[in-house]
Amino acid sequence: MTQPTTANAASRGFLTEGGKYPGLLGWIFSTDHKRIGLLYMYSVLAFFLVGVTLGVIIRLELIAPGETIVSAQTYNALFTVHGVIMIFLFIIPGFPAIFGNLFLPIHIGANDVAFPRLNLFSWWLYMAAAALILISLFTGGGPPDTGWTFYVPFSAQTTTNVPLAAFGAFVLGFSSILTGINFVTTVHRLRAPGVYWGRLTLFVWSLYATAWVQILATPMLAITLVLLILERLLGAGLFDPGSGGDPIMFQHLFWIYSHPAVYIMVLPAMGIVSDIIPVFARKPVFGYWAIAFSSIGIASAGSLVWGHHMFVSGMSDMAILVFSLLTFIVAIPSAVKVFNWVATLYKGSISLDPPMLFALTFIFLFSIGGLTGLILGSAATDVHVHDTNFVVGHFHYVMFGGTGFAFFGAMHYWFPKIYGRMYHKKVATLAWGIMFTGFNILYFSMMILGLRGMPRRYYDYLPEYTDLNRVATVGSWILVAGLLLMFVNLIRGARHGAEAGGNPWGGLTLEWTLPSPPPAENFATIPVVDHGPYDYDRVSPPHE
Amino acid sequence: MNEPSHAVVSYRIFIAVWLLLLALTAVTVAVSRVHLGALNIWAALGIASLKSALVIFFFMHLKYEQRIFKIFLLITLVTLALFIGLTFFDVLYR
Ligand code: HEM
Repeated sequence: MTQPTTANAASRGFLTEGGKYPGLLGWIFSTDHKRIGLLYMYSVLAFFLVGVTLGVIIRLELIAPGETIVSAQTYNALFTVHGVIMIFLFIIPGFPAIFGNLFLPIHIGANDVAFPRLNLFSWWLYMAAAALILISLFTGGGPPDTGWTFYVPFSAQTTTNVPLAAFGAFVLGFSSILTGINFVTTVHRLRAPGVYWGRLTLFVWSLYATAWVQILATPMLAITLVLLILERLLGAGLFDPGSGGDPIMFQHLFWIYSHPAVYIMVLPAMGIVSDIIPVFARKPVFGYWAIAFSSIGIASAGSLVWGHHMFVSGMSDMAILVFSLLTFIVAIPSAVKVFNWVATLYKGSISLDPPMLFALTFIFLFSIGGLTGLILGSAATDVHVHDTNFVVGHFHYVMFGGTGFAFFGAMHYWFPKIYGRMYHKKVATLAWGIMFTGFNILYFSMMILGLRGMPRRYYDYLPEYTDLNRVATVGSWILVAGLLLMFVNLIRGARHGAEAGGNPWGGLTLEWTLPSPPPAENFATIPVVDHGPYDYDRVSPPHE
Repeated sequence: MNEPSHAVVSYRIFIAVWLLLLALTAVTVAVSRVHLGALNIWAALGIASLKSALVIFFFMHLKYEQRIFKIFLLITLVTLALFIGLTFFDVLYR
């Protein structure tokens, strides 16, 4: 049997064939899950770069005490828009919408998701919402300055354009819900023969758990933002004690979505790490069911801990106790995963290719982020570090060091499959090293600053904080240098890289049985699967 | 493939459910006039839940669907109940 390892040179799989219309229209109206995945990738990355630029400007302002390059009001707008972009436009859609779309159907042996048109519609919703958020920056009272959390009473009073930005986030929520519905249905209905639940890849398991969170929690965000808009435009008084409302209720509603949302951000990242590690350790994954069920465990327990964002907001002591306890419970399934990854590595034949480096970095940085999370989760210590730079350091470790690095790992892992070409591995490793260094210099300094008492969301600080702020700002430059090198390397690789072949890493999951890039229709005949995704002890990888 | 066969439900059942819904609406109004303190809210919520259950199970055919759809709905409702319930740890003890 001759299996094509690379689509022939003239037709580069789904990249060149399959669209109903020619050119750009063939992409923006395509219902092919892979094309939609790439549409998402390019749009999400564009916003990521905008967000990074804003982040660097924030850091630049903090290079010295006092007003350096922007005014206080501009600073408020900067961190708000940075947060909104990074959370709503980059990291929440990042994994599910990009890599979920690209690889979930292939991982279960399907030719597309269950509702391809709905899938395309959710990308359009994403773009429409992004446009609304961009418009909100330049209209009305100017860019919102509330922080990405839109807390009342400030958000109900500020003259900036909060309603439009909130409406943008509202529309984005629908895009996210539709993706979730699509994935749950796809996993239930479209698995190829032989793909039992016990043979799903751990990436698919994590997307499945994530999809449930998207479906169940996102409506809460929608409700909250609608209430906020009503409060502002009609003076509904829902959150205003003067009219019998309750400002803390806003925080409950907001975090009932936004805390589960952090699991939308991190679960799929854990999924891809669970998929990368066995490939580069050449071993069956340790504790398949433990990892799969810990995803479900994190998704369910993680949905019930939102109150830990509100320890100092005036919530009842009883609630503080309950939410603090629940928070510690989430640490258990997270730790289960970390131990299983380490056990998978144990005595493996490890090759440190770029995807593996990023996956290992995820474990390291995520662990720091997770453990500092426990400091914030215990109510007594939280009183001291709440709203300081410690929090900012903590969540960048989880979201950027964790999910962000896993995202880059996924890009490097699937790059040869998507484009059929390979990037320069040494340059990728160098870029990884630079980013890792810059990242730690930047955010570790910020955590120390926070412990020493520097509050977050201030454009100015006391002179004794100057040294570490300088260090952090230099760290941000190193980090960005690494990011740029990585993207240049990937873009060059996509254009001029060497042909990668069907299975450059020796993976056992279904995408590696297809030529690179995969053909528009994925599988000519629906595959019959007779082994698990990590059975390195039983089968050898295709075309190796 | 396993195209689900649509059960044919008689008009008689639909009309019965409809009358029941109307009756429950009347009960809601009636109960709201009796002063039961906090129980008023439980009564209103209870009747509303019963009514939506009737709509979902009969008018939206959930009764005749596969079990998995019922489980899905249950998960959703349990989640919502948990969200509301946990919030009460704050509201009740403040
Ligand atoms: C080069 C990259 C980045 C830099 C230099 C950077 C820098 C910063 C700084 C200095 C702050 C604190 C502002 C303040 O409290 O005064 C901040 C806030 C924040 N960052 Fe980043 N960041 C970067 C990437 C990211 C990424 C990748 C994410 C998410 C995935 C992210 C999400 C956030 C959020 C949510 C906030 C809070 C905004 C608020 O307080 O409302 N950042 N960032």
